[in-house]
Amino acid sequence: MAGAKEIRTQIKSIQNTQKITRAMEMVAASKMRSAQQRMESSRPYADKIRRVISHLSLANPDYSHPFLEEREVKRIGYVVISSDRGLCGGLNTNLFRKLIPELARAEQEGQDYELALIGNKAVQFFRRHGGKVVAEAAQLGDTPRLTDLIGTIKVMLDKYEAGELDRIVLCYNEFVNTMTQQPRLDTVLPLPAAEEQLREHAWDYLYEPSPAEVLDLLLKRYVESLVYQGVVENIASEQAARMVAMKSASDNAGNLIDELQLAYNKARQAAITTELSEIAAGAEAV
Amino acid sequence: MAMTMQVDIVSAEENVFSGTAQYLSARAANGEVGILPRHAPMLLQLQPGEVRVTNEAGEQEMYYVSGGVLEVQPHIVTILSDTAVRAADLDEAAAAEAKRRAEEALKDQKTDIDFAKTQAELLEAIAQLRTIRRLREQIR
Repeated sequence: MAGAKEIRTQIKSIQNTQKITRAMEMVAASKMRSAQQRMESSRPYADKIRRVISHLSLANPDYSHPFLEEREVKRIGYVVISSDRGLCGGLNTNLFRKLIPELARAEQEGQDYELALIGNKAVQFFRRHGGKVVAEAAQLGDTPRLTDLIGTIKVMLDKYEAGELDRIVLCYNEFVNTMTQQPRLDTVLPLPAAEEQLREHAWDYLYEPSPAEVLDLLLKRYVESLVYQGVVENIASEQAARMVAMKSASDNAGNLIDELQLAYNKARQAAITTELSEIAAGAEAV
Repeated sequence: MAMTMQVDIVSAEENVFSGTAQYLSARAANGEVGILPRHAPMLLQLQPGEVRVTNEAGEQEMYYVSGGVLEVQPHIVTILSDTAVRAADLDEAAAAEAKRRAEEALKDQKTDIDFAKTQAELLEAIAQLRTIRRLREQIR
């Protein structure tokens, strides 16, 4: 009986696929945990810098850094963070779908835009879509190092300082929880001005070498840490999305196997019945 | 009980050290600085080098930072390090290798290697080696 045999090979192949998706699901789950941990451990750095910067800009209101100045927006730089690999559901697609209308709107309003891409998927996407790409970084792996990103960030910061860009936007997937990842477009530069707060004691730091230099260094480090955090968060999102996608793939494979098993049983039963009736008919004829 | 201060050494990638200390010393842009509790608020740019922390029990711990900013408040000291790695974790061979490569590049200036970058690498490798050597002496 040809039907039953075919169905059996099909079941076998789906079972093999299910094994792979289940393994990927478990790998993604464990990677997600470590990515979440990295996300946590990178937070204090940004928090502390933010605190020092807000104090600095309050203590030295006369010194204004280009990173803190609002300018008329003519050119926007987008730092797009995507995953390196696929099989993670609609994660990257959702991000691009949010970004593209934004780019179209900017173009309509006569604003130029430049792109810095992090991650293979963004590189591939914009190669097809087009757009002025000024920097790329891909193949960062699961444990990205800040040193891998510095080049890309520096390109954007230099352009911003030179006045070639008036705003820098960071595009990444925010890790809300395992089930939800939110595509975000966050303005990184200019930095939102620190809120004026009433200070009880007016005090200032002793500086070495000078307030301006320290502030400059801190602001750059701050932007770098923001981008790094975006990358780490995107990796956590990627693993979470992959885990969910692979779980549903495994479930679907299970359903498919059940259905095929039923069809296989029916086919086998039918084959046995015909064989039996043939034998019975043959016996009668004798 | 000796007076102590809260010390945090953080980098963009991880929280390297967090605890109480009696004394801390680091390499600032204009030379070595030592911080005791109740120091006046201060903001320093750091050079590549070691940060030594004397903890509550009077033991000295050493960390390597490759630059960053040191923030001092009377009872809280924060080091925003570029990449702080535990000094013991540093691979001496890698540092020596980086130094050798940097020195070679310095000699061979015909190649279009960025001179300033190489010099910075050399400085950093030397600082790492010095930290490791001190750490070794401490262990002995």
